[in-house]
Amino acid sequence: MRKRVLLPSLLMMSVASLILALAFGSVTIRWPELWAVLNGEGGLNRSLVLDLRLPRAASAFATGGLLALAGALMQVLLRNPLADPYILGISGGAAVGALLSMLLGAGGAWLTGSAFGGALLSMLLVFTLAHGHGSWTSSRLLLTGVVCAAGWGAVISFILAISPDAQLRGMLFWLMGDLSHADDPWPGLMVLALGVVACLPLARNLNVLARGELQAGALGVAVAPLRWQIYLIASLLTAVAVTLAGSVGFVGLVVPHLLRLIIGNDQRLLLPAAALLGGSLLTVADTLARTVAAPQQLPVGVITALLGVPVFLYLLQRSHR
Amino acid sequence: MPALLTANDLTVSIADKSVCRGLNLAIERGQCWGILGRNGIGKTTLLHTLAGLHAPDAGAIYLEEQPLTHLSRRHIAQSIGVLFQHSEDPFPSTVLETALVGRHPYLNAWDWESEEDQTLARQALATVGMDGMASRQAGTLSGGERQRLAIATLLTQDSQLLLLDEPANHLDLHHQITILDLLVRQTRERGKALLIIGHDLNLTARYCDHALMLFGEGETTQGKLPQILTEENLARLYGHPIQCFSIGGKRVFVPE
Repeated sequence: MRKRVLLPSLLMMSVASLILALAFGSVTIRWPELWAVLNGEGGLNRSLVLDLRLPRAASAFATGGLLALAGALMQVLLRNPLADPYILGISGGAAVGALLSMLLGAGGAWLTGSAFGGALLSMLLVFTLAHGHGSWTSSRLLLTGVVCAAGWGAVISFILAISPDAQLRGMLFWLMGDLSHADDPWPGLMVLALGVVACLPLARNLNVLARGELQAGALGVAVAPLRWQIYLIASLLTAVAVTLAGSVGFVGLVVPHLLRLIIGNDQRLLLPAAALLGGSLLTVADTLARTVAAPQQLPVGVITALLGVPVFLYLLQRSHR
Repeated sequence: MPALLTANDLTVSIADKSVCRGLNLAIERGQCWGILGRNGIGKTTLLHTLAGLHAPDAGAIYLEEQPLTHLSRRHIAQSIGVLFQHSEDPFPSTVLETALVGRHPYLNAWDWESEEDQTLARQALATVGMDGMASRQAGTLSGGERQRLAIATLLTQDSQLLLLDEPANHLDLHHQITILDLLVRQTRERGKALLIIGHDLNLTARYCDHALMLFGEGETTQGKLPQILTEENLARLYGHPIQCFSIGGKRVFVPE
């Protein structure tokens, strides 16, 4: 029963979160005015809603969906419930790319391009190093990724240390995750849709993989190809999310866990549900980030972390029962 | 009729230790094989090799005359089922969901388990005495219940050859007998085959008709059970004298 109503209710929740994001901000737009705008009328508010808030809300939705989906995939790939999209150092690589371009004074497309390039570089590095002599175990992949992430962390600290004060604020915002420059949601939304479609036929294989590689092999899963497909998909989703909004934390870790508490671990439901729930949660969090201290805007990563930490601790408490 | 599973000139090793050298094995339908050997001698490695999950150093394995290496994992899983010594479950899963995993090799990418699959899984659970536990979380089960769930999953898979790695582990005496009785009966009635790793010689004598002994250093011996399960072979196998008695027509093994 729970399972049957899950996806429809998450779809409704997604629409609600988007409407919320369009209505609230430094100026609150009331329901009749919003309705008018959505019907193609409404003077002043029209540009505020359609040109400013809609692209940003859609970007937030895409980013949240990408992160939650990537997190769910990483958790099964590494068979570790504590994995998140950043655990293998992809966000670290992206951050180094983004900070370097900020340091050199390049913005816009350069910043986006170098962040994405850094993410891809990190992905290739971990993939190659973890391969070693052909064997590709979860623990080896995990260790390689975690150590590479630590390496990127050191480079990030180095760049922060040598950067002029005037640029530090922008860099910190990027590192905490910030949607204020995300004005083109289409690449993110397209990749999210493609990601969900690519994962669904693999989902039952993932259910089996979650029970161990030998068990999966004995039940007819070609384990090695499946693992690198999932690594590739999860990494690309993360790379796109990080390029859109920097390292927004906790969405990718907490959303799959929340869903597991409600519907269990069937990936056929969990993966699309994670995309929808992650999207709605980040849309709501970004709306909060724009309104809590308005006209000042907070980085959305602060909100997700402030919400995510207590939720995660609560889940951790439960898991020991 | 060709043997269900054939190993030709099979050489297997793990961590530079030789498990078997030039082993020829033919497992026919209706047969129950026991694999015996000391701890760490490579019984499990050999079992995984026969299932195509571990690559042999040399030689080939055939599933009804088709080389295992030419078959897809999915195809193999429809014919060979494996009961592992350890199961892991880092994520939540109910008992019924776990048993249903056995249908995986028969379903296409977009398929969901059908009513028929559900029925098969529920029957398998009932067979191991776990009906009524379908919606329980697998993580809350006891060791013996987990083992029975793993066997139910294997029954749901409904393969022709069952490779069982210490199936009696964690099972109480009642379940050891009822479950092995059932598996052996299925094997004989439906022309399947069984291969059982175990350390209980009395269970081996009760259920197996053939045995394969791994002595280490790649040395093996095999054949019909009465010719293989001798005091002499067993003393060599375990490095400990073992006496064989006959009680009520049954052979009973007692270590000295």
